Order: sequence, then C-alpha cells, then structure tokens
Amino acid sequence: MTIKLGVPSKGRLMEKTFDWFSARGVTLSRTGSDREYAGAVEGIEGVDLVLLSAGEIPRELAAGRIHLGVTGTDLIQEKLVQWDQKVEPLEPLGFGHANLIVAVPSCWVDVDTLDDLDGAAAAFRARHGFRMRIATKYHRLVRDYLRRGGVADYQLVDSQGATEGTVKNLTAEAIADITSSGETLRANHLKILQAPPILESQATLFRSRVAQKSDTERDVLRALIDRLGV
Amino acid sequence: MSQTMPDTPPARGLAQRLCNRFASDGAARFETNILLPAEVLLDLYGEDVRARTYVTSDPDRGEMMLRPDFTVPLVQYHMRGAGAPASYTYCGEVFRKQEDHPDRRSEYMQVGYEDFGGSDPAQVDADVFGRFSDILAPLGLRPATGDIGILIAMVTGLDTTEDRRAALMRHIWRPARFTALVKRFAGLTPVPPARAALLAADNPLQAAGTTIGLRSKGEIASRIDALRADAACAPVSGEVVELISAVLAVSETCPNALEQLRDIAVDLPGILPALDRFEARCEAMTRRGVDVESLPFEASYGRTSMEYYDGFVFGFYAEARPDLPPVATGGRYDALTERLGQGRGIPAVGGVIRPDLLSDLGGLA
Repeated sequence: MTIKLGVPSKGRLMEKTFDWFSARGVTLSRTGSDREYAGAVEGIEGVDLVLLSAGEIPRELAAGRIHLGVTGTDLIQEKLVQWDQKVEPLEPLGFGHANLIVAVPSCWVDVDTLDDLDGAAAAFRARHGFRMRIATKYHRLVRDYLRRGGVADYQLVDSQGATEGTVKNLTAEAIADITSSGETLRANHLKILQAPPILESQATLFRSRVAQKSDTERDVLRALIDRLGV
Repeated sequence: MSQTMPDTPPARGLAQRLCNRFASDGAARFETNILLPAEVLLDLYGEDVRARTYVTSDPDRGEMMLRPDFTVPLVQYHMRGAGAPASYTYCGEVFRKQEDHPDRRSEYMQVGYEDFGGSDPAQVDADVFGRFSDILAPLGLRPATGDIGILIAMVTGLDTTEDRRAALMRHIWRPARFTALVKRFAGLTPVPPARAALLAADNPLQAAGTTIGLRSKGEIASRIDALRADAACAPVSGEVVELISAVLAVSETCPNALEQLRDIAVDLPGILPALDRFEARCEAMTRRGVDVESLPFEASYGRTSMEYYDGFVFGFYAEARPDLPPVATGGRYDALTERLGQGRGIPAVGGVIRPDLLSDLGGLA
C-alpha cells in the first residue's frame, strides 16, 4: 500500500536525483551496505524508494510496477512503443542533459548533412558491396530518424558501449550516440552532423499511466506531487 | 494494446478455400518455412525492414526472420528451377511488427497468387487484377491502381546528368526525399553553408586531419569531385520540375489519367512507352470485364509501402473501415526476379489477400 518511486541506482544520475528531491523537502537515501540496492524516503509517508538501473525504469513504468520514475527521455522513447500512452512526463529535472546525435569521421569533409550521409552511403555500398554501418544502441530512434531524413543504404550495428571506438576499429563507418560535451567524439576523430539532433534528452520525472492505485495511494501520490511542485 | 487474438477459424477456412480456388484454376501450390534467413530480405530492403519484421538470431545460421511474406521465397524457389512460365498459389501465416498501429494484427493469414514468365505484360496484369477483383466483388471494396513503371520511365527520360537520374531512381519509393532532390537539382533549395565552403576550398582534404575508418581518402576525394561536377551542371529547369509534379499529382479514372499523362508526355516524351503499356493494360482489362471507365488511377500509388513493385500496382480498400489496412494488394515486380536470379530476370506479377480482414468485413458470402 505504498507509492513506488523508481530512481537510478548509482552514479551522478542518482546523486543529482537525490539532490533534486531533497531541495523539495523529500529526502531519498540508500540504506544498508554500499552494495545493497535498498533505499529510504523521509519527509513524506507512504512512498517507497526502488533503486533500478536507469535503463530498466521505462519498462517498470510501462508495466505499472512503479508509479513514478526518474530516467532520461532518450531511454523512454527508445524502449517504449507509443511511450506517451504509457507514461506522462511530469517535470524535466535540469540535469543529465545529452543529445542523441549522428557522428561521422572528422576526415569526411564531404559529409555535413543527412543529405550528404545518404549520398556517401550510396557510394559506399557501390564500392564495398555492403551497406554503410552505423553503430548505436538506440535502434528504433535512429532508424526512425534516418527514415524520415530519407537516408538509404545504411545498416545499424549494435553497440552497447564504447561506441565512439567502433569506427577506428573498422566495425562501423559512423555512429549514433548520446553526447553531452562532444569531447569523447573529438578525441575519437568524429564530428557531429549539422542536423537537428535525433533527440534532446535530460533526466525527467515520469508518471506511469498504467500503475494501479488504491484511494490511499492516490492521496499519497497527490501529496507527493504537490510537495515536489510539479 | 497489442492484439493477442489468434486467427479465427473462419479466416483459416476462408484462406484454404481461396487457395483452392486459385489451385483449381491451375496454380501450383507453394509452401515454405516460417523461419527464413534474414540476409536476403535485409539486403533487398535495408534497415527499414527491421522495423516491420521480426528478426531473431540463430547461433549457427545467423539472423533469421519470421516470414513477412511469401513473395521472396517463392521467387527464389522459381528461379532455382528451369524458370519456365508458371503460376503459384499459397496460404499461411505472415508476421509484421505494428509499432505505428499496435491495434493491428502482427500475425495473420495471407493467400497469394503469383504469375511468372507471362509474355504479354498487359494481358497478365489484367488477368491477375481481374482474379482479385472477381473474388472481392461481393464486398464492394474501393480499388486503387498505379504504375511505378511510369515514374521509372519519367526519371530515366529526364534531361539531366546520369548521377542525378541515379539519385532520383534510388528514392522513387521515398516521396519526401525524392521531392527534396528534385528541388535541389533545380537550384530551388539554398546550398548549405558547409557544402558551399567545401566547393569553394582549393584543397578541402587538407582539413581532413587523421583518417579513420573504412571509407578511404580516395572515396572522399571522388565524392568531392562528383559534388563539384554536379555544382557545375545546369539546374533542372522549372518547367521540368512542374512536369514531374504534374505526373505525380495525377489521380483520376484510368481513361482520364491516361489522357492527362498523354498531355504531359508532349513535353516529357520519355514516359511515352510506359503510357503505351498503361493503355494496353486498360484495353486488356476491358476485355477481361473490368470496369476500366470508373477504375481509379493514382500516379503516386504504391510509392511508400511496396518497394519491390516496379510496374502496375493495385490494392483494395474497405471504405467504411479506414482503420483497416488494404484487404488485398499486388503488382508487377520484374526487377526483384532479376536481383534474386543473379541477373536472370523474368516477368512477375502477383498479389495477396488477407482472409482475416475479409472475415472482419463479414466474409464473402
């Protein structure tokens, strides 16, 4: 009989989330040992803290197993089909800013726009006999973006980490990834295409549209939302 | 929410009956696996196909796909044989992801009829369309027709460079990108600043820095050469842009569409042979008993959803149920047989019916 609040279980995202809630009079904390994923909520009754990987929070919200959750808009939109019918964004939290972008080698002086990427992909396929590979973990968002941008003759290859290194390692020709400052891209001799980003993401508090609530839980949720001022 | 209802028995029974009907007219029955190698389809249609199909992986055989249609395996089967003219029918489940329409079924029955090697294209187009039209007649569906061959002829006949024609040809099936390219080739879109700087630079590769990746400096240089050559070419004239828009906008009954296109062809003679084929098809359809006088024709029909069709295309729609996908679709796909037959192509026309939608609409009784 409690409202379940899912927040990222580690790192800067967790700390910043704790700070954001504490500035609004709700204290979140991890309890037990460093390794144990248990948490406590002070300042309001009837709310349980659920520590989760940021990547799992979209699924938990969509399944209604948590009522509220903090995660990036990128993860919500990548992982949930028709996301806006499953969750409601309540408030952007002002941190965790990152853009999902397409980047190509800086040495591709002839490629600056999506139009160029399509032209280069056509020539690449004719020359190499396979489609230009773009490494990413955001398959749905990237595919949708490139389809709307009219890019053909490419293929996505899955990369769950160190995506910036795939071009140098010859496992991809270009990448689509989250970047905040662009430093890692530059260090890996990559440049961002001059096109609107696939997505501008930041940490956001979401409400599940499907989680069941008793009358008591409904009151608690309303009190919490009031307290947070969102 | 996602559809979990299985195909109802009537859809399965109806599928069998339709398949038997094609078979009793002389079509050979074709069967194939549900789990197919993904490579051929991915190579043909690219990344977009992943958004519409279920791709899975096998530790030994690599990527596999749940059968999204029968056409590709049937063409492969036919091309492996002697390739003598033949017609086929099939029925079975196909699987399509419905990310944009979660209310639509992702698993459903399909009944198909395909004709290979017919020597008189107009005759075969009319025959295949006529078969579907006859079967669906009790439902009073709205037919739609088009002809990708006219668009291909239009691009082939354009008075511009080979590179531009090739770029437009690649994007016939992506209408927005096609229009953007036409505008750019006509000089109607401002040159992006980065492109202008690239074209103005004496030695743009000097700024390239560290070279990484599989795409070589030579490839970059040759694309820059191609961009420079293109920039030096005369723009496509405003008149031609208008002719292209006029062709794409044709949406009329077949006889009126033919007349409009003949008027356009005065200034765009490249499409004349394709129009002759259109006319021959209309005549063959009339002989087949199709009411061509009132049959709709849209020049842009079939550009967004049917990438392998390259000639006549058709579909049948339930007008009272705009939420439903087309009940039947089909068309000519000569080029696909050439790709799958390693250059040895044959004429091919076919179509599919969805018996589940027929049931939804009350059946054929």
